[in-house]
Amino acid sequence: MVLQVENSPFTEQQVKLLNELLPNLTDNQKIWLNGYLSAPQAVAAQATAVLEGLQQVSKPKTITATILYASQTGNSQKLAECFGAELAQNQVDVNVASMSDFKPKDLKKLDNLFIIASTHGEGEAPDNAIGFYDFLHSKRAPKLDQLNYAVLALGDSSYEFFCKTGADFDQRLSELGATAIAPRVDCDVDYEDDAAAWLTTVQQALLKQSGQTEVATQTVTAPAPTSTYNKKNPFQAEILEKINLNMDGSNKETYHIELSLEGSGLTFEPGDSLGIIPQNDPALAAQLVEVLGFDATAQVTVQDTTVTVLEALTNTLEITVVSKPLVQKLAAFTKTDITPILEGDFHAYSYGRDLIDFVTEYGPFDWTPQQFVEQLRAIPHRLYSIASSYTANPDEVHLTIGKVAYEANGRARTGVTSGQVAERLEIGDTVSIFTKENPNFKLPQDADTPIIMIGAGTGVAPFRSFVEERAETGAEGKSWLFFGDQCFVYDFLYQVEWLNYLQDGTLTKMDVAFSRDQAQKIYVQHRLLEHAQEVYEWLQQGAVIYVCGDEKAMAKDVHEALLQIIEQQGNISREEAVETLVQYQQQKRYQRDVY
Amino acid sequence: MTKKVEAPQGKPSANEIFKDESNFLRGTIEQSFKEPLSGKIPEMDTQLIKFHGSYMQDNRDERLTRQKKKLEPSYQFMVRVRTPGGTATPEQWLMMDEAANTIGNGTLKVTTRQAFQIHGIVKWNVKTFMQKMDSVLLDSLAACGDVNRNVMNGVNPHQSATHAEIYDYAAQISEHLLPRTQAYHEIWLDGEKVAGTPDIEPIYGEHYLPRKFKIGLAVPPSNDVDVYSQDIGLIAIVEDGELQGFNIAVGGGMGMTHGEQETYPQLARTIGYVAKEKIVDTCEKILTIQRDYGNRTNRKNARFKYTIDRVGIEWFKEELNRRLGYDVEPTREAVFESRGDDYGWTKGTDGKWHFTLFIENGRIKDVDGYPLMTGIREIAKVHTGEFRMTANQNLMIANVTPQKKRVIQKLIEDYNLTDGKHYSAIRRNSIACVSLPTCGLAMAEAERYLPGLITKIDAIIDEAGLHEEEIVIRMSGCPNGCSRAAMAEIGFIGKGPGRYNMYLGASFIGDRLSKMYLENIDEERILAELTTLLNRYATEREEGEHFGDFVVRIGVVTATTDGTNFHANAPAHA
Repeated sequence: MVLQVENSPFTEQQVKLLNELLPNLTDNQKIWLNGYLSAPQAVAAQATAVLEGLQQVSKPKTITATILYASQTGNSQKLAECFGAELAQNQVDVNVASMSDFKPKDLKKLDNLFIIASTHGEGEAPDNAIGFYDFLHSKRAPKLDQLNYAVLALGDSSYEFFCKTGADFDQRLSELGATAIAPRVDCDVDYEDDAAAWLTTVQQALLKQSGQTEVATQTVTAPAPTSTYNKKNPFQAEILEKINLNMDGSNKETYHIELSLEGSGLTFEPGDSLGIIPQNDPALAAQLVEVLGFDATAQVTVQDTTVTVLEALTNTLEITVVSKPLVQKLAAFTKTDITPILEGDFHAYSYGRDLIDFVTEYGPFDWTPQQFVEQLRAIPHRLYSIASSYTANPDEVHLTIGKVAYEANGRARTGVTSGQVAERLEIGDTVSIFTKENPNFKLPQDADTPIIMIGAGTGVAPFRSFVEERAETGAEGKSWLFFGDQCFVYDFLYQVEWLNYLQDGTLTKMDVAFSRDQAQKIYVQHRLLEHAQEVYEWLQQGAVIYVCGDEKAMAKDVHEALLQIIEQQGNISREEAVETLVQYQQQKRYQRDVY
Repeated sequence: MTKKVEAPQGKPSANEIFKDESNFLRGTIEQSFKEPLSGKIPEMDTQLIKFHGSYMQDNRDERLTRQKKKLEPSYQFMVRVRTPGGTATPEQWLMMDEAANTIGNGTLKVTTRQAFQIHGIVKWNVKTFMQKMDSVLLDSLAACGDVNRNVMNGVNPHQSATHAEIYDYAAQISEHLLPRTQAYHEIWLDGEKVAGTPDIEPIYGEHYLPRKFKIGLAVPPSNDVDVYSQDIGLIAIVEDGELQGFNIAVGGGMGMTHGEQETYPQLARTIGYVAKEKIVDTCEKILTIQRDYGNRTNRKNARFKYTIDRVGIEWFKEELNRRLGYDVEPTREAVFESRGDDYGWTKGTDGKWHFTLFIENGRIKDVDGYPLMTGIREIAKVHTGEFRMTANQNLMIANVTPQKKRVIQKLIEDYNLTDGKHYSAIRRNSIACVSLPTCGLAMAEAERYLPGLITKIDAIIDEAGLHEEEIVIRMSGCPNGCSRAAMAEIGFIGKGPGRYNMYLGASFIGDRLSKMYLENIDEERILAELTTLLNRYATEREEGEHFGDFVVRIGVVTATTDGTNFHANAPAHA
């Protein structure tokens, strides 16, 4: 094939040069050139078919775009990779990167920036976004008048700071002079449809820049799945074992659950999560129907299926969370003034309240069962860090689930999933599940790398999976587990297993902190600080640090303890310690699975 | 010397090696008690910790549950406090009460050897407890282990002056025979290690004794301390209200092993009399004979009773006289009448008052409607005398001034405490060891079961018209015999869950062992047998005849005349 101006994007001069050059190249040279030219696409190609040959390079490619993801559990990352692959198919020169891998100074050089960001905890940015987030919000952030951008925010509307990280990026980029080419979309737990719509909008807006109107509709899919079961089509896993790990006398109930994956084709790696799609407490659903004054057998259509309103409220729809978006929608059906709660401290109002409370307090409502159910979102799945190694326990998955139970507004409340597990699911029952990768919480590739695992309460779950995996694979790297809970006698989760691992050498060291066994509270961070010198030595030896557990109750303090250790043992400034820890994060030597 | 005697030769038992390698009872106790991942300590330290007054135990009720929950057994420590003669000050009582409720299991146990026992202390709190004890001048050194244990002393509410003097001898003997190692002070009380000054055990030597060693002092006519169950039983000889000295009995002991006939309970045999001034030294000399001739190759044959039976009582007397440098005098007359306690108020010769509280099986705790622990605590806050724990596991509020008597009586009433007089005489004469769930040796229930069993026996007793008939009934969860069940008129020794060997025919005053009557029986059989026997007793007994004598006379069991024939002539149907 001979290049011509008509059949290529090149000028006459370029066509001449190319035609002189190409016929004289050896095969090896052609291959090399092929790789050289397609290198920029390598990242974009991670989740897609590799672009083929010089032919494709020859198509119009005047648009460049950068997609940055801020991802804690991998959803944003996966979306970014799919989006990148799709843009690449539409001749966009696209670069997909984790925020932690992107040099903020390069912002000035960009034309198009797309951010896909999740929010976790109480409005916090994911670990891999902290450096970029801080830079962008600092005085050092440059003017970005040249930049077009769009933001896709992922979150959970049951949290007060719903999609806050995405919203912050949107606002800040706008402040810095950048132009939004598509409005931000805030996605709830079921993000897939909204994300796909945003993606289309952004793509169309972007391609307009080149005058291209045809959008390739070929959807790019993730690597071929090994199982037909996923979030949309969950597997019904049988419960093989259920043990309350705490002794009578404990303040806690922590359930060790073993589920069968037999026949599902589902597999996972240590660090991954398991999604459970729960059911509401039938008693709670019945009580809601009663306060609503509905006939429990009234038919409604939900998700294209006609069921009774009681069934819908038991099996399909979320009834335990009063979120701001929901209250805004429900306001239309009552004459009672709802503005005080919307304008007041909504977090304070919504804490410990469910729809029964809201309906009781703000009625009477004027709605049909169908109208009511249409306002509600589907019961979101809950993700739990997997507590077993698939290698060690093929066809099984183990979980460590803490029962959430408290009293608020005069009623006992329980977590939807943990309550179901603790109170209603027994051995032999089944539960809807799917597996979920967590690329940001993985054992080091090198089995000789030392690991330091820090977990409190159910945060110890993934470390059981790590240690099981290392035992199974004969990994020889050192390992050190810090575990904390309330009482040694009642709450030492998996004690006998850890003692055995210590004895056989799979686990090198273990330190424990039981907060209520003495007058002064002792937590894992105190144990870390007690062993500052040795922790630092391990870090110098290349140890990877893993933290799993409650963000506010633990991870924050552990982070501070690590900073102190690095600062004091390394004899460096606070700023340098902060920088070191950020580097560890970027190098995946400091991984967190916090909630 | 007419006969050549030496200690059994052979490979030393495991415990001998532990002692040998322990550096005077230190072992690795200090490090073991700091190890944070497990509530247990290594085997060698579990043996050594006994010399410090503590046993590692676990709540056996929870074993299976904890195993299922992936938790190790609930390892915990029992600490037995050294209280010679069972005496404790109100301040000491309050400390024990506080400790039991903060780091113990919320109860206290009065043992059958007049000591406090506190249960359920987790490893990391043991040192705290040792220091709490030290703050009120208590310790647990030698409360367990192969040394002289807590010295018992009759509580004797009537003869105030002689009690004080005899108690003083008990305390002197206890002090004199304490190990001298500094290990206890170093480990628990942060005592300084004095470099270059090796520990010396002038009495024990570095191997201590082959086995535990027990001394008790009785004041006739009360044999409350079961003087013949002791390795050394001292029987006070009081003439004209003055303590003169003691008859000496040697080689008693209760422990045996089911199915091993060469193990047996034995009563101490009286060998003579020594004046009171020489009694401490005499105890030391007796103990050193056991130290030198006891069996260190087989722990099941290591008690002093077996040594005496092996060397012969005559040889032993000669050896003792040789070590003393003089001959012990002939035995003086002493007559025992009972082993029980005098419940309620009694007045001493010095005008002070004593109140003996009935405490079923020695367990002090609060239950609904019976706030025993709280009541005693409130009494301790105002009491100016002392407390005496009795060998029958009761508690005497001793030396109450006439002025305080009214206050104490009011507290007794306010807290619904009892002298037990409304209970049947058989319940008032009952003893049970701790057994399940904490004792590692237990084969069957004792303390938790005997009260309920007695309620059922009470029905038989009442039917037979024996409500006020004093019958000594005792239950041990295993054949080691902490409740001295082999000296009970009705004795039960645990064989398996819900199963007991039943023993009959010991004397009321504690000078004759019992005999096995039935083996491995359950409650239904126990009650059926007792119904028959108690009804026969009610109708066929002679004037003043005790139940233990009655069953021997009518031939239900043959009399055990010596520990060596304890297993002989058991009934054919047993």
